[in-house]
Amino acid sequence: MDVFGSFALVLAFVCAVYAFAGGIAAIISRHPLLIKSTRQAGMATCGLIFLATFSLEYLFFSDNFSIAYVVAHSNRDLSTFYKLAALWSGQEGSLLFWSFLLAVYVISVLITYRNKNGELMPYVGVVMAGVQIFFLTLNNFVASPFKALASPGVDGVLNYVARTDGNGLTPLLQYPEMVIHPPNLYSGYTGFTIPFAFALGALLARYPGEKWIHLTRKWTMIAWMFQSMGILLGAHWAYAVLGWGGYWGWDPVENASFLPWLTGTAFLHSVMMQEKRGMMKVWNVWLVFITFLLCILGTFLTRSGVVSSVHAFAQSSIGSWFVGFLALIILVCFGAYLKNRDYLKSENQLDSIVSRESSFLFNNLILLVSCIAILSGTLFPVFSEWITGDRISVGAPFFNKVNIPIGLLLLFLTGVGPLLAWRKTSTESLKRNFGWPLAIGLVTGLIALGFGFRQIYSWVCLILCVFVASTVVLEFYRGARVIRARSGASFAASAVDLTMRNTRRYGGYIVHMGMVFVFMGLAGAAFNRDLQKDMRQGDTMQIGPYTLLLQGFDTKPEKNYTAQRMLVEVLRDKKPLMMLYPEKRHFATTVENGTMVAIYSTLKEDLYVVYAGNSPDTQLPVLHAYLNPLVKWIWFGGAVVVFGTLVAMLPNRRAVLVLSGAQEPAVQTLAHGLTSSVTMREGHD
Amino acid sequence: MKKQAKFGIGIGVIIASLGFLAWLGYGESKTYYHTIAELETLKGPAKSQRMRLGGTVAPGSIRHLTGRVDFVLEGEGKTVPVSYVGTDPLPDTFVDKSQALVEGRPGPEGRFVAEVVQAKCASKYEAAPGGKVGAAPSSTERSGI
Repeated sequence: MDVFGSFALVLAFVCAVYAFAGGIAAIISRHPLLIKSTRQAGMATCGLIFLATFSLEYLFFSDNFSIAYVVAHSNRDLSTFYKLAALWSGQEGSLLFWSFLLAVYVISVLITYRNKNGELMPYVGVVMAGVQIFFLTLNNFVASPFKALASPGVDGVLNYVARTDGNGLTPLLQYPEMVIHPPNLYSGYTGFTIPFAFALGALLARYPGEKWIHLTRKWTMIAWMFQSMGILLGAHWAYAVLGWGGYWGWDPVENASFLPWLTGTAFLHSVMMQEKRGMMKVWNVWLVFITFLLCILGTFLTRSGVVSSVHAFAQSSIGSWFVGFLALIILVCFGAYLKNRDYLKSENQLDSIVSRESSFLFNNLILLVSCIAILSGTLFPVFSEWITGDRISVGAPFFNKVNIPIGLLLLFLTGVGPLLAWRKTSTESLKRNFGWPLAIGLVTGLIALGFGFRQIYSWVCLILCVFVASTVVLEFYRGARVIRARSGASFAASAVDLTMRNTRRYGGYIVHMGMVFVFMGLAGAAFNRDLQKDMRQGDTMQIGPYTLLLQGFDTKPEKNYTAQRMLVEVLRDKKPLMMLYPEKRHFATTVENGTMVAIYSTLKEDLYVVYAGNSPDTQLPVLHAYLNPLVKWIWFGGAVVVFGTLVAMLPNRRAVLVLSGAQEPAVQTLAHGLTSSVTMREGHD
Repeated sequence: MKKQAKFGIGIGVIIASLGFLAWLGYGESKTYYHTIAELETLKGPAKSQRMRLGGTVAPGSIRHLTGRVDFVLEGEGKTVPVSYVGTDPLPDTFVDKSQALVEGRPGPEGRFVAEVVQAKCASKYEAAPGGKVGAAPSSTERSGI
């Protein structure tokens, strides 16, 4: 199976080269058969990558311990679930997995547009094949996952050797999220290849109009959704496994995954400027380019350990390949831009500072500033060593200082932006749209102040969250009311109807609402508390409203590890509430230890309990308890964001024209002094 | 005032204030990274800076004392004695011959006083894909949010 897999990879490489070179020839000659054959070569590349990936999985599931990668990342006792995940637990497999996910996207694009956009698709195919060639080069020649174990025999000839069992999977990765998190994040990273291919293809082909933007909208949203899920699942994994009570540590690899998300978010917003007003064309093209570059950079940082080598961990020689590839992409992008920049001329100019355009402009500006700040902070050790010779790293205070105000500004724009009119917004409409939400937000702020709320950032965040949520609710309310007036259906049904008529706009609002929940959860971090105590059996510890009583210990042998558990009873108001079992796990195969956090999670707060090892002084076991308010809202908000993105991807149920029948009741509401924004703006967004 | 000028001022104010915050955060959190060999060559103020030091834990050198844990860090043929004075228990991965990263300041008599210790098993570790290269090794550090 390993020979089969390697062969499939080599053939995939050959096909990708054909799809690339043949594609260029096809663009020049415009020969229909050549165009068709290169497209099919593109599909064959993907099919072969699938075969290679499946054969590596087969090697894992058949416990083939003659393959170095299988030995390094699996063992017989590893459960099926984690054998699946072992594929992406190391360097070689991860890179193959990158190719695999990219192939899923590429083949979907090739099939979806096989008979459409004939002028553009050959260009797109060439760009996609180019990216595939790079990763297949790594898969074949730099980091092959199919290397067999071999040792030189007496005659100097290499002989195959097989081990009876593997080294096992790193305990930190033996956690359900670790099975879902990397595929999500990688689907995000790879997914941005598609908008990149379309943007570069359209620029090279001088493809007329904004069509590439319409074509790529769904692909960008899919990639963005996976990236969002990947980041949040990663945060949840860090929270539930690493046992430090937090979910985001501004670690280089975390940052790397956040960077393309920021520029991708900026892009999703700024394309609207191009669609509606024909502005920011150059900016959009570069945003896509930069997002893709950051995806490659993210993969590079994760895989090469160039920045983490500050910590002297995970190093690899693969870095130079990535640097070369990054340089090549920059070169190609610049070349294409310089050659065809006249094609990107803006059709309009900014009219007013209080307009939708300017809110997008500021949204993009601060997302980019945040991106630059995080990028420079992440790469600071590398650059400072180049410039001064000293390796200097910056920590959480740096990132927090810059990004908390940026986050609050963004949250503000989230509420304001969607309700500003294009070109110029009148004072009248400002009052109408923001009067109530602003009042509700400020009243909430005052009440919180009265209750002794003193954390300034969290306080501002609270006001903004309430403000933004109110604007969203008000929008749904106004729209639903118009529909209700006409159809007589319930409010809920009208709101659903409203959403389905303009999925993009109302899906967007749902995403914004999800972000409000996430921000609420983040703001809770200002009130985190934690307590640590050496515990004897029968000892108690008080944190917030909870009393933790150590009832005892036990040892629980499992298939792949042995768990030492603390049996902690949780009491609230002297009444028993539940049992928590924080664990230390010892993995015999890898001779490593793992921590298993026990969490009691409510909407108000998480009680987060860690068996933190034995005290250096007393040798007694240490119980570390955290009380983290509102954390659950982050995960909930993430789910809402994903749901909203899915809604926004649905086609509108009815054509906008049908809704014009609603004009009459809308006018009636106008007479009552309240405008229905749904009919006024329908069809614009 | 011209529209462009208004936008220019708005953008300028945002960037300038964020730049200022970045500068504050930089001053607060910058940490130098040095190798054990470099430690001896540091002079003057450079010697009292907050820094990170990477190396391997010398076998048999870990001693649990009251209020601190002493061990010896080896690297590039040099050694440095370290006292860990943090309150958090040491990470699971902190054992003999593990690779460790300590953060703190050089103390008296050439002893390095560490407030944070990160460690990983030397034998086997690979970055979590898309995951946490830096975060994966267990650590006594609690920063971020």
